[in-house]
Amino acid sequence: MGISVFLILFPLCCAPVMYLITNDRLRAYVTYVAVGIIAAASVALTAQWAMNGAVPVMLYEETEAADHVILVAELLLMVLVTYLCFKHKKYWISILSIVPTLLIARQELSGAKPMTLCHIYIDHLSILMCLIVGIVGSLIVVYAVGYMYGYHMHRKDVRDNRRYFYMLLFVFLGAMFGFVLSESLLWIDFFWEVTSVCSFLLIGYTKEPEAINNSFRALWMNLLGGVALAAGILYFARSMNCVSFHKLIEFAQMGEVPATIAVTLIAFAALTKAAQLPFSTWLMGAMVAPTPSSALLHSATMVKAGIYVLFRLAPAMGETATGNVVVFIGGFTFFMASIMAISQSDGKKVLAFSTISNLGLMTACAGVGAHETVWAGIFLMMFHAVSKSLLFQDVGATENATGSRDIEDMHGLLYRLPMLGFYMFIGIAAMFLAPFGMLISKWSALKAAVDRNNILLVMFITYGSATTGFYWTKWMGKIISRSHETGERMKKDVTQKNEKFSLTVHAVMMIALCVLMPWLSGHFVDPLLVEMFGKFTNVLPGMILVMMVLIMCIVLAIPIPAYIYAKNQKTNYKLNYMSGINTGKNNGFVDSFGEEKKLWLTNYYFDRLIQPDKMMVYCQLLTAAVLAVMVSFVLGGVLV
Amino acid sequence: MGKVKKSPWVLHYDGSSCNGCDIEVLACLTPVYDAERFGIINTGDPLQADIFLITGGINTQNKAVVEQLYDQMPRPKVVVAVGTCACTGGIFKECYNILGGADTTVPVDIYVPGCAARPQAIIDGLIQAIELFQKRSDKHDKIERRHKEEEERKAHDKVSGK
Amino acid sequence: MSIKAVISVIMYILLAPVAGGLMEGLDRKLSARMQGRIGPPILQPFYDLRKLMNKQVISVSVLQSSLLLCYLALMIFTGAIFFAGSDILMCLFVLTTASTFMYFAAVVTSSPYNTIASSRELIQIMTYEPAVLMAGVGFYLVAGTFSVAKIASSSTVMLTRMPGLFASFVLILLIKMRKSPFDVSTSHHAHQELVMGVKTEMGAQNLAIFTITEWYENAFLMGIVALFVVTSNPLSFVGAALLCAAVFFFLVLADNACARVKWGQMLKMTWLFTFFASGVNLLILMLIR
Repeated sequence: MGISVFLILFPLCCAPVMYLITNDRLRAYVTYVAVGIIAAASVALTAQWAMNGAVPVMLYEETEAADHVILVAELLLMVLVTYLCFKHKKYWISILSIVPTLLIARQELSGAKPMTLCHIYIDHLSILMCLIVGIVGSLIVVYAVGYMYGYHMHRKDVRDNRRYFYMLLFVFLGAMFGFVLSESLLWIDFFWEVTSVCSFLLIGYTKEPEAINNSFRALWMNLLGGVALAAGILYFARSMNCVSFHKLIEFAQMGEVPATIAVTLIAFAALTKAAQLPFSTWLMGAMVAPTPSSALLHSATMVKAGIYVLFRLAPAMGETATGNVVVFIGGFTFFMASIMAISQSDGKKVLAFSTISNLGLMTACAGVGAHETVWAGIFLMMFHAVSKSLLFQDVGATENATGSRDIEDMHGLLYRLPMLGFYMFIGIAAMFLAPFGMLISKWSALKAAVDRNNILLVMFITYGSATTGFYWTKWMGKIISRSHETGERMKKDVTQKNEKFSLTVHAVMMIALCVLMPWLSGHFVDPLLVEMFGKFTNVLPGMILVMMVLIMCIVLAIPIPAYIYAKNQKTNYKLNYMSGINTGKNNGFVDSFGEEKKLWLTNYYFDRLIQPDKMMVYCQLLTAAVLAVMVSFVLGGVLV
Repeated sequence: MGKVKKSPWVLHYDGSSCNGCDIEVLACLTPVYDAERFGIINTGDPLQADIFLITGGINTQNKAVVEQLYDQMPRPKVVVAVGTCACTGGIFKECYNILGGADTTVPVDIYVPGCAARPQAIIDGLIQAIELFQKRSDKHDKIERRHKEEEERKAHDKVSGK
Repeated sequence: MSIKAVISVIMYILLAPVAGGLMEGLDRKLSARMQGRIGPPILQPFYDLRKLMNKQVISVSVLQSSLLLCYLALMIFTGAIFFAGSDILMCLFVLTTASTFMYFAAVVTSSPYNTIASSRELIQIMTYEPAVLMAGVGFYLVAGTFSVAKIASSSTVMLTRMPGLFASFVLILLIKMRKSPFDVSTSHHAHQELVMGVKTEMGAQNLAIFTITEWYENAFLMGIVALFVVTSNPLSFVGAALLCAAVFFFLVLADNACARVKWGQMLKMTWLFTFFASGVNLLILMLIR
């Protein structure tokens, strides 16, 4: 099981190597080898763990030396953050880093030996996270090699600092592995801070004023979460003399007050990381970064760290005040973010809002704390990781090829850039249509919400899935619409081979996940839930699976023969109906002055109805009030 | 072959009429005349129409429009010119911008005279058009029709450069 | 799947278009009578269909007919899930997928009328989705199961427990069956501001496929209406038939008595009504459970 340590250390070791190699070509090859090793190692870890009976494994009970290293690293991180904050005159943000770090350091140096189970804990959930980080994350890095090349080709204004970029990507991967594999809360806190700082640096990569601003917003929000996390950990450690994550949940389930308080604070921290309202704005700001870092932040890492923590806390949150608040925040975010997504025409912004929205649903699933909802949440997470990564990469590649990532400019993408258009279509379909897994998860979440008599969540899901369908469908419509222009294939597709490779693997994984869903449910997610809740009743009736397979057959089997049939049938193609005034073609007409006009079609965005900026402020106020109430309850609990 | 005459859908196009005939065409749909009894629907869409009903003469501006609407209608199709203007150009015939009746642009099958044409006359014209529609759809006609369709398709393919 | 389920699915596949076509014929006749006309024969929709099949094969885009066939297949499948007595919530989700394909078939042509109409179609889908899903949830709360077969054989008449959900379901039937005041994307009546709405670019066979699909859909929707009354008692089928007839009459009446509203009004009215009628109904059901 040494692989687990290897998974954490190897990317961290790769990072400086990346920085040292100045030759682009050489670095590209080293990158391929490195991510190949990372992906293989995560699969190997899974295999080894499965061969040992797929039972939870605890490793490294005594790690005195490693603890010291981590402490030093944590202090260094604090110094780095403080330096950057002072450099950019954002003095107060440094407090958010200094205070928790010093408190944690004091705790560690005080000589108290709080109880730990172990330091590395491998169970189903951490294996799942490892696979997501290892495979999706690695593919994103592969994609980044090609993308960054194209990015610096058309963004001459940004300083080419790719070695630094790759270094950050690898540090990020290492920190994520560390985060999901750690059992000691102190370690978790450290890796948490590393991911926060990494994302801060990635967002500020271009060094433009907007990027710097957004990166600091991301930093303070995540550090605020870090403060809550540290507070929760320290309070728990002081009162129960224990820093084990699993013990924390066990105590909380037994109703120990300090543990429940810690759970609340950690859940608060997870909400910041998962970009839930009122903290959603940092993820929106993260859009200024180059696409691979957005893909990494949105799909495989960062936000999934928040969700991961919430899933871990799920058994402790069921039917508690904290759980209810988390459900409300998640459901509300799901609905509001999907409404805001309707008004966006920038592809990446739509993806960003949809990430926030989907994370909201996962958060709500975790907050309900029932095994059915966690089942749904886990599948949401899997499908979301793959399809969102696919979509981000696809939009990025499209932007490099066509010079625009606006959805309006993607009109007829399927005919101009067939591969990118097709993958984008699959990626979007996977987000909400039958037979893809997101839909089944939504079905299961809705059922569980009804079972728990949670009327609020039922409302959020029913209205939210309506708005979600709206913005995705109109995007899909744009892709398949016949082009305004000649509709011919673009002569030059500048998409790099490595980008294509990553996209193809994603698309294949997407479909494989769909096909394998029943198997995954039976052999992986069910045991995961048994581990988590100690009991399990089958969530997914066999009937549903049969249905999904049938729909799959219909969706796959009908269009292709129908298309061949339609092609071969002696069809007379007619012009579109434009009251008879089109000029022998479909993309132009003669106006009442006898002049030729070009036809241009756009989607509805309701931009007068939905103003995301304004709406966001109200939503933030409301959710902040709810959170404030939750936190004051906790403080009240401490005082009593 | 199937009986198609029970479902004749009409596309009504107003060329440059004084709107007198158009009012009478619409009158055919009112409770007094109720053309829907025969399954007639006044559709606004050439792709779904069987009978092309033109009122008013053809002018230089709408010639291309009428040609295109006619082209967009799937075969078999019938053209009915309603009113004196659509039949011959009527009192506008000598105007600088009028080309003449509908038959200057598309092959007209049925002529319904009158200024304005009375609803009874229009319905009578439509009934005749329906019979013709059925005849064109029947087997004897069909061979010729297939032939024409083939030609049309080839011409279209040539244009689109396939 | 039991033999009974297989038989009812086959019956659905064979008879739904007949029922849907008759419903349309009856609708046209009834509307004509309400307007003081004689109207077309009851079988008129079938005559129309026969004619459409006999016309020249035309299309405006290669993908159009394949997407329409997908729409048809998914719609048949939606109904089949329902009449097989399977999961109602999943069935409603698949219904949305089917409608999405309808949107694709319309938007793929890039025609101005079709594009505006299909955007409105999308707004319609967004408008009715909450009410439809909540109706499914309501059945679950009353019967304790999503299985249509079990809901249909329970001893309670669903309508008595879920009047609010029923009311909002009937309201969204106006949207689904394209009746005024909510026929914003296309209507059965000629000459609206969007020509034929989403059907504008569908001619001959394509229109025939679309029409048949609508018949399947309408038959299926009436099936859901019937589910509000059907119980284990065989007599309840009479009640279901009466309810379907009443709902149908209401829809035709509304169609003839109302003017079309703008999509914004439709969205607002329907969502608010759903929120209060269905929401309160669900809340009560959860409390008394």
